[in-house]
Amino acid sequence: MPQVSLTVNGKRHTVEVETRTLLVELLREKLGLTGTHVGCDTSQCGACVVHVDGTSVKSCTFLAVQADGASVTTIEGLAAADGTLHPMQAAFREHHALQCGFCTPGMVMSAIDLVNSHKERMSEAEIRHGLEGNLCRCTGYHNIVKAVAAAQEVMHGRAQAAE
Amino acid sequence: MAEIALSTAPAHLRHGSNSGQPLTRRDGLLKVTGAARFAADHHPPGLLHAVIAASTIARGRVVSLDLAAAMAHPGVVAVMTPAHKPPLAADPDAKTNPFMFRLDLLQNDRVRYAGQPIAVVIAETLEAATEGAALLAPRYQREPARVGFEDATVFTPPAVGVGSPAEVVVGDVAAELAAARLRIEATYETPAQYHNPIEPHAIVAAWDGEKLSVDTPSQGLAMARARIAGLFGIPAENIEIRSPFLGGGFGCKGMLSGPQVLGIMAARLVGWPVKLVLRREQMFGPVGHRAPSRQTLRLGAEAGGRLRALDHHTLTASSTFDDFFEPASNASHTLYASPALRSAHEAVRLDTGTPLFMRAPGEATGSIALESAIDEMAAACAMDPLAFRLENYAEVEPISGKPFSSKALRECYARGAERFGWTARPLAPGAMRDEAGLLVGWGVGTATFPALMFQGQARAVIRADGTGLIECGAQDMGQGAWTALAQIGADGLGLDLEQVEFRAGSSDLPDAGIAGGSAHTATAGMAIHAAGADAIGRLAALATGDERSALFGAGNAGVIARAGRLYRRDDETRSERYADILARAGLFEIDGRGSGAADPVALARYAMHAHGAVFAEVKIDPEFGQIRVSRLVGAFAAGRLVNPRLVRSQYYGGMIWGVSFALHERAVVDPRSGRVMNANLAEYRVPVNADVPSLEAILVEEEDPHVNALGIKGVGEIAITGSAGAIANAIWHATGRRLRRFPVTLEQVAGVAG
Repeated sequence: MPQVSLTVNGKRHTVEVETRTLLVELLREKLGLTGTHVGCDTSQCGACVVHVDGTSVKSCTFLAVQADGASVTTIEGLAAADGTLHPMQAAFREHHALQCGFCTPGMVMSAIDLVNSHKERMSEAEIRHGLEGNLCRCTGYHNIVKAVAAAQEVMHGRAQAAE
Repeated sequence: MAEIALSTAPAHLRHGSNSGQPLTRRDGLLKVTGAARFAADHHPPGLLHAVIAASTIARGRVVSLDLAAAMAHPGVVAVMTPAHKPPLAADPDAKTNPFMFRLDLLQNDRVRYAGQPIAVVIAETLEAATEGAALLAPRYQREPARVGFEDATVFTPPAVGVGSPAEVVVGDVAAELAAARLRIEATYETPAQYHNPIEPHAIVAAWDGEKLSVDTPSQGLAMARARIAGLFGIPAENIEIRSPFLGGGFGCKGMLSGPQVLGIMAARLVGWPVKLVLRREQMFGPVGHRAPSRQTLRLGAEAGGRLRALDHHTLTASSTFDDFFEPASNASHTLYASPALRSAHEAVRLDTGTPLFMRAPGEATGSIALESAIDEMAAACAMDPLAFRLENYAEVEPISGKPFSSKALRECYARGAERFGWTARPLAPGAMRDEAGLLVGWGVGTATFPALMFQGQARAVIRADGTGLIECGAQDMGQGAWTALAQIGADGLGLDLEQVEFRAGSSDLPDAGIAGGSAHTATAGMAIHAAGADAIGRLAALATGDERSALFGAGNAGVIARAGRLYRRDDETRSERYADILARAGLFEIDGRGSGAADPVALARYAMHAHGAVFAEVKIDPEFGQIRVSRLVGAFAAGRLVNPRLVRSQYYGGMIWGVSFALHERAVVDPRSGRVMNANLAEYRVPVNADVPSLEAILVEEEDPHVNALGIKGVGEIAITGSAGAIANAIWHATGRRLRRFPVTLEQVAGVAG
């Protein structure tokens, strides 16, 4: 079996995986990082989004071997060591941008990548289009957009964190 | 069960009592950090993975499976088939109550719908189990599938929904229709829809002798436990089910499904813990759906718009082997006054999985047809559709003649219309365009949902240190039970929220009733309220009967519980801390029990419903037919709101489900194979962020002294009703075309400019 060496949330791992093993299964079953969820198996729902070298990736259709040598960040790796939430996490909580919470990790990871790649203030419509690859069946979309709009101000230094 | 470490630091400061406060959810911190553990997140030592092989035919028999190929695949441990499975103590096709549905548990080689489990492969890894299931390469003896209304015999079901009569008649519909000045008749079609929570059904099951430990999402823990106990012939107390968080439910996790039981069987077969998670396409078969409908409405009215007859007929479909009949026509029971009213249902049996309760079952399906027909009648009367609805406003419940326990619908119409700017609406369709040349239409729909209660229990404890504990096996599928019920619990114990530990989501706690029917907050909330009152009552008895207490002798005057102290009701200078009362009595804690259920006297006397009004604006590209909902304003009255922030989210979600019902969702069934052709989240369209309009949900105050002591109605389902119809009506107003096949798609609308 091939070996994969990768950094996940700042920690180095070397793991034996099958060539067919998906990144999400490596994270969930081998590393116990279950905050990344599987919702559709086919890249539509976005519950499995993580960052690979800083870019959002749907880990349910990304082979573990593709992540060899990469730095992966999951929802568990966002908050600071002292528990201070990432501004996006804080905004989701503050603006009630979650209900059942199953889509939340992927939604947060996608939203961070979206904001990181848009230094200029995004409009509501831009945020909505930017997150169209993430499904929420509780349809908390309205509050999700509010949360992302607030978080972008904090992430780009235009405002203070929610809490 | 393991403690759920809910946030003790609310994101908002709070003053005053707990209920009614718009608190952020207490499970929010866990959910934004990935620490909330859903069923599939569990991984006990020795875990094996199970994958279902599902039928690709809709009707026939499994002739052969290549067991040798599957078993030869490295890592495969076992293949569970009808010939190789643990024995069950009960026939999965037996039914002993109306909430029990027949399950496919490999009892024989029959296939009765596409997607039915026909084998389960258990392996050391998910990858090996998945490959093993593919290697089974089943061969079938195929029979023709019955997939549409035309393929089967129409009959009248004995009951619809849960025990409702298939036909209810008030007055003489034929005579009133004949005498009416204006009549319309229209037929509307709604498709099969699938719940599709983003969390697929998942189970981690582990046997220890005759004891069973289960992690699986459940909207009804006690029912699920009883079902497992019956199927495996073990006492219910041997089973613990943990379901602290559901990744959405919407009805499909209300009753334990076949695949969940297969996970338990697989664990029994191999003697190791097993995880079984459905793939998305497997969510289109064995876990329920909303049945398709063909609804015919006949309305008669006076020239001035007063209704004389309302006849709502539904043709729906159940499976060939079980009974669930979508009670769509019953949506016409409560909203519009009419001297003659009939609701009727007929059905066929198709080769599908059994349809089940899906968010607003019957209410949503019936509402889109009823609200469309009301709009058509208003147009026939040349009346504004809101004025027409007000003309036919029901002062008593039309089907029963009972007064409403409360009904702030007029206020909903007024507040919603004002906010939306409804008075500027031109009467004639096709009269509005925006600056980009898009057709613009405005529509209205009335929302309603019954204020139901099931039966639930709770336990409340006051501890030696003066803090509280609430135990209630409630289920949180996203609606916010962890927060709203804890708020009720804190009030019941006269404590601040931070001082009360709240335990929920496990079958070893008191049965809180199911999270469904928009009844959970009322049911579990009343149980918690009563348990709190019981605990406080016992504490008060200790104090008022003890001459060393400042409250001695206050028995008749009574006491008030507030902020951890009991106060003498007629003299608040006399009070005592809970902790001091318990300490003097030498007690470690004192507890109380409570139950919640509908009051039969109120049920007999009043019709109890939540109401609302939804106003929609659509914009339609006249050439390409693209339809966008650009604005949606809903105003809802649903009694007392425990947590307005959570309620608003439920309304938003319901309204977007309304958008989805009107414009997106449809399972497309292949007429040759009987398979759902769009069994994935790319082609089974659910709304995304970009589909969602500007939304506004107005919370209309309503005091209901009858519905229950807390005055709570339900908010989880009502907002789908009204919303879907409002959008359909706005499409007519934009285009002048009545489109009666839902969802309305761009090919139906394309070229409307001619």
